[in-house]
Amino acid sequence: MGGLLPAAVLLLDAATGQLGANPIQRATLQTGLLTLALLVLSLACTPLRLLTGWTWPARIRKTLGLLAFGYAALHFLIYLFDHSFDLTLMTEDVLKRPFITAGFTALLLLVPLALTSTPRAVKRLGFQRWTRLHQLAYVAVSLGALHYYWGVKKDHTQPLIYAAVIAALFAVRLLRRPGPRRASVRAR
Amino acid sequence: MSDRTPPPERPDPESSERRILTPGSPNPRREFLRSAALFTATAGALGGGLELLTRRPGGPGAAEAQGAAFTRPARPLGPYDTSEAVTPYAQATSYNNFYEFGLDKSDPARMAASLKTRPWTVRIDGEVRKPMTVDIDTLQGWFPLEDRVYRMRCVEGWSMVMPWLGFPLAALIRRMEPTSKAKYVQFTALLDPKQFPGQRQPVLKWPYVEGLRLDEALHPLAFMAVGLDGRVLPGQNGAPLRLAVPWKYGFKSIKSVVRITLTEKQPQTTWALAAPQEYGFYANVNPAVPHPRWSQATERRIGELGRRKTLAFNGYAEQVAGLYKGMDLRRFF
Repeated sequence: MGGLLPAAVLLLDAATGQLGANPIQRATLQTGLLTLALLVLSLACTPLRLLTGWTWPARIRKTLGLLAFGYAALHFLIYLFDHSFDLTLMTEDVLKRPFITAGFTALLLLVPLALTSTPRAVKRLGFQRWTRLHQLAYVAVSLGALHYYWGVKKDHTQPLIYAAVIAALFAVRLLRRPGPRRASVRAR
Repeated sequence: MSDRTPPPERPDPESSERRILTPGSPNPRREFLRSAALFTATAGALGGGLELLTRRPGGPGAAEAQGAAFTRPARPLGPYDTSEAVTPYAQATSYNNFYEFGLDKSDPARMAASLKTRPWTVRIDGEVRKPMTVDIDTLQGWFPLEDRVYRMRCVEGWSMVMPWLGFPLAALIRRMEPTSKAKYVQFTALLDPKQFPGQRQPVLKWPYVEGLRLDEALHPLAFMAVGLDGRVLPGQNGAPLRLAVPWKYGFKSIKSVVRITLTEKQPQTTWALAAPQEYGFYANVNPAVPHPRWSQATERRIGELGRRKTLAFNGYAEQVAGLYKGMDLRRFF
């Protein structure tokens, strides 16, 4: 729920002209950042549980992931709107510009994850396969960070902070990899 | 709510809910309240945190018309003016790229007060007959001030229509009396981290340096602005003296100039040094040559939602294309 607050504020800002002189650009930037932040948070759940033993992060993980996908979809829709829904332009961008390629690929990778976010999908796929499929989230978040890094004109501080956090989260997982037994206990 | 609800700190073992539960499992109502509180806290923290992390300060607002007005005669549009709608003053003075003040577009308007534009001197040197240091008021007194309504296209893909006030660069250069060795003009902006807090970060190599070929600089469109919309140029727009070369990407139009040097060799310009594969010395607006990371085919005019097609030389091809005859503009981007 809280994750929808920025969307509400964004809408309010847009309605009251608070987005500044270039509202589309600002909305694109913010939805992109929200996607990246939420993806990082969703991937932080397991390391956080491994480090602290808390269980609540794991319970909101799915919501965080779905919110991330929602903002990614919004980000993409704004991009499409900005290019007047011209699919030729979009295809050209995706094929020619590595920064768009990275972002678009990340979005595509998130689609199957969002589609299989229900308990029923977990059952249908089997937990092992479901887990393997959802490891795509790591690829997506890395591509997302790269997309941000390439999209920035000059100051790379923020993208590098995201990249560092992502790297740290990977490190925690690699160092404290749970046994396969414990992994299956996590199934819901 | 109901009077049957036990106070959370003293659960009643006789309550009906309690009896149907297996021993040790929590009271469902208490559990509900607890999770509602937890939910609200998490949601609030998450929402607030995300806002802090991703929302960028924005909004015009800060842009009140400031500065004394110049007296100038009302006039019809001149031969170099565009008749397109002028960008509202509030937007033209609140959405600026001026990294000396900070990286966000709203930083320049916020920080501009730290720039002191009087007294201000401009050093004129290099391949000139009479090198000198001249006070800005003296310098702008040399020329009758003119209005010029120019398009401004940023390399990032947005554009504005700016009502500059100033004088042609050619007039200044002629007055500088170039020697026969002069081939280029180099402009240097103020270096002072106290007035330009953005210069404390090495985002770019400070001071900002730009340059033009001498024939480009002598073109009647090349303009030195000291005002905007009939008023003294605001700090965020490059006070007290800035270049305006409308057929080139905005970063060529250097702000807050303190030195103009005529040179024999092509100057090393700031963005071309920072990312030579992305920004060239010429930087002519060219929809056919994409930036390595994004297309330059379209632009958003500030104040409009959609995009419009970007024009060759920003719509000034008729006037300036001749300067580049025989040059491969894909190579000399």
